[in-house]
Amino acid sequence: MTSRESDRGYRFVAPAIVLLSFITVYPVLYVFYLSLHRRLLIFDLSRFVGFENYLFLLRDDRFWNALKNTVYFTLSSVTLELLAGLSIALLLNRQFRMKGLIRAIVLIPWAIPTVVSARMWEWIYNTDFGILNYITGIKVNWLGSPVWAMNAAVFMDVWKTTPFVVILLIAGLQIIPKEIYQAARIDGAGNFAIFRKITLPFLKPVILVVLIFRTLDAFRVFDAIYVLTGGGPANTTETLSIYTYKILFQTLQFGYGSTLSVVVFMFTGCISIFYIKAMSRGVR
Amino acid sequence: MAEILFEKVQKRFKETVVIRDLNLIINDGEFFTFVGPSGCGKSTLLNMIAGLESVTEGNIYFNGAIVNDLTPGERDVAMVFQSYALYPHMTVFDNIAFPLRMKKIDRVNIEGEVNRVAQALGLSDMLHRRPKELSGGQRQRVALGRAIIRNPRVFLMDEPLSNLDARLRVDMRGELKRLHRELRITTVYVTHDQSEAMSLSDRIAVLDNGEMQQCGTPFEIYMKPSNTFVAGFIGSPLMNFIPAVVRGFTPVEVDCNGILLSPFVDRPPERENVIAGIRPEDVIITSKEGGNAIAVTVSIIEPAGSFNWVVCNWNNLMIKGNSIAGEDLGPGDSAFMRLAHSKIILFDQLTGKRI
Amino acid sequence: MIKKAWFYISLILVVGYCLSPLLWQFITSLKPDPELTRLPPVLPQTPAISHYTAIFKGHPFLRIILNSAFVATSTTIFSIIVGSLAAFGFAKLRISYKAVILGIILSVSMFPPIATVSPLYIIIRALGMRDTWWALIITYTTFSLPLSIWILTNFFREIPDEIFLAAKVDGASSFSIFYRIMLPLAAPGIFTAAILVFIFSWNEFLFALTFTSTEASRTIPVGIALFPGLHEVPWGDIAAATIVVTIPLILLVLVFQRRIIEGITAGAVKG
Repeated sequence: MTSRESDRGYRFVAPAIVLLSFITVYPVLYVFYLSLHRRLLIFDLSRFVGFENYLFLLRDDRFWNALKNTVYFTLSSVTLELLAGLSIALLLNRQFRMKGLIRAIVLIPWAIPTVVSARMWEWIYNTDFGILNYITGIKVNWLGSPVWAMNAAVFMDVWKTTPFVVILLIAGLQIIPKEIYQAARIDGAGNFAIFRKITLPFLKPVILVVLIFRTLDAFRVFDAIYVLTGGGPANTTETLSIYTYKILFQTLQFGYGSTLSVVVFMFTGCISIFYIKAMSRGVR
Repeated sequence: MAEILFEKVQKRFKETVVIRDLNLIINDGEFFTFVGPSGCGKSTLLNMIAGLESVTEGNIYFNGAIVNDLTPGERDVAMVFQSYALYPHMTVFDNIAFPLRMKKIDRVNIEGEVNRVAQALGLSDMLHRRPKELSGGQRQRVALGRAIIRNPRVFLMDEPLSNLDARLRVDMRGELKRLHRELRITTVYVTHDQSEAMSLSDRIAVLDNGEMQQCGTPFEIYMKPSNTFVAGFIGSPLMNFIPAVVRGFTPVEVDCNGILLSPFVDRPPERENVIAGIRPEDVIITSKEGGNAIAVTVSIIEPAGSFNWVVCNWNNLMIKGNSIAGEDLGPGDSAFMRLAHSKIILFDQLTGKRI
Repeated sequence: MIKKAWFYISLILVVGYCLSPLLWQFITSLKPDPELTRLPPVLPQTPAISHYTAIFKGHPFLRIILNSAFVATSTTIFSIIVGSLAAFGFAKLRISYKAVILGIILSVSMFPPIATVSPLYIIIRALGMRDTWWALIITYTTFSLPLSIWILTNFFREIPDEIFLAAKVDGASSFSIFYRIMLPLAAPGIFTAAILVFIFSWNEFLFALTFTSTEASRTIPVGIALFPGLHEVPWGDIAAATIVVTIPLILLVLVFQRRIIEGITAGAVKG
């Protein structure tokens, strides 16, 4: 064995590459392939139809509705998470007793499965026996109302994922050297000015990272909606992933379902590229 | 034991040439040092001997056999790194035993060997400790132990003393010399400290920018530097370099800042413009007149114990010499300078090579 | 003084925000059925553990928990093994186009699971692996690889190169170096990665929903989402199940909060 060969890393990386190729790369290619067919799973019918599925998708109102819902969900939950997360992060960014305990408590919503949290909130949102209606005194059918259902889902998602945002933002805040704050105060800057001129610019890279993760996760949302509303009422909470899932596993149309999958994939791809470009511009 | 031969060795990183056309023999059992400023390529050379860096062109031989394609383990070399690179999670015992374990030597023998080496290096009490509990000097010795235990063909040392404080460094120099005398293993040493190179080595190679400037014993390098770079790098304080003009070719006579000198040369000068080099040790500054003494004005005095380094102004040229501490000389005083004519070396001004 | 009071009030609000849904769920789980539909009172008048016994008796909840435990543990073990091998290669060894390959691996974490569900379902069904543990374990291991590789590569990188070089000179093969030196020194990182992979695997829903059909392999998220109820939703039982399922996670978070935070912020903040 030559010294050249002995420190090549291919053997070590190979298992990971093999697994990833078979379980992720190959399926992605296969999904593209499927999207060009009409395929009904149980009956083993399969017919090549070219881009017919894609054309159908463009005229599919339910798709556009799902896209609209997904965008709404993503924009609202990411915005709220960021605001709430930033506030809590600013609050917790100091030394105090039981800091570890508090941080652990803040992590709990993040740690529990989304479906578990969804069921919890489902009970809270319950029209007749839910604690929310009890406390506020009103009797709204949160999950059954076309107006409120989506917002209820957004709120639950915000509750669950704000901890993640808080953790990352605190880490970002801790990097800012204290001397800069002191210098600013000596120069007479008030709290808000300090926040705008110092804190925010320093936090920008971390905020970008948070945005990438959260935007992608929100766009791909499935677990929460599935349990809370199943896409209803009247498809007002049906997101892209839910719609795709239903087409695949309820109507068993694996061809069109794959087309939807490909489109979702392309959307997330664009979002990723957009953010990565923003990050590399930020680095410069 | 091994003799190391470099044959037309070149090392390139992408487009940059790091080591240029090196041809060199390191003798069996020799203590050989590569010395030079940062970035001259000396560490790269060491890594190439070890097998941690590949050879772009040329060959390296151990005892006549090509080793270019052998792994570090196969070359049977031992290396002491600047940071010692001890395994932090292992005890001193395990650190020293590691190379033997890699060779799959059985446990009883390992224990015996480790104890022997530990005793030789004064580490017997610390075998159960971890590196972070040890001082710098102790860690150094553990690194040495790990290297010695294998009885390698070649010892490689990459600036092993740089991280030690000055006093410890001097002590360890003695240790290394003693070890080398005992074990007689071919040792290739790398340092940027010329005094370390001078005091430890059988032979030295001075490197600049990947090119070997001169190779020889410390005495040769000091007395007969082959060019101005070597002359300026070896020896402390810095050699005085004085521009001069050749007035006569046989015998050679140069006009050096107003005086005529006839230094020893090995060959005739090629050009008129030369540089006369003389070390401050060979320039005497005194207040006594007489003989060939040259008039100068004292500029700076640097006390050095029993003598002083004195910087003088000689017709608007600054030159450094020495005076005995008893001489009552201060800045601004007039004084007299004597040059040891036999110690003057001439260099060609264009090429820098010694004449 | 006022500032401090403000701070502690806000702290209490934050804690309330995080814990109150769980608290309510806990209270609910202790209310016997008739009390569930009566509000007020908020607190149970005759607290009972009937729900807790119910979920284990008439319902294979124990089996579901076992499934999750086995799948999550196996996934963690495999993910760490494959991930640490790859991370060692990326951190210390020579690989052409290293940055590109690493970038591709990390980009896998951006795939929407829904995009790969249909082909994977077809494959798993064709292999007859539907409703087995292995279908989930292999899938989870693969999808958790970007996470473990990312965290472990960072930890391996921090180990000084000279230690690696010294071991090479001492005659150790790459694998020996990996096993005897890199792994012990990166132990904290391995621990962190393991915790995060475990949580990911425990909580995963979409693949579990698709690949499992019976309690033979059903995991906790699916069990909770599809909690059986004939006419009415058994809120009390669900609440009890929620609490039972959440307790191990709460313990995990309480004990390992520092490591979890380290893992989440790995690289995100340094860049």
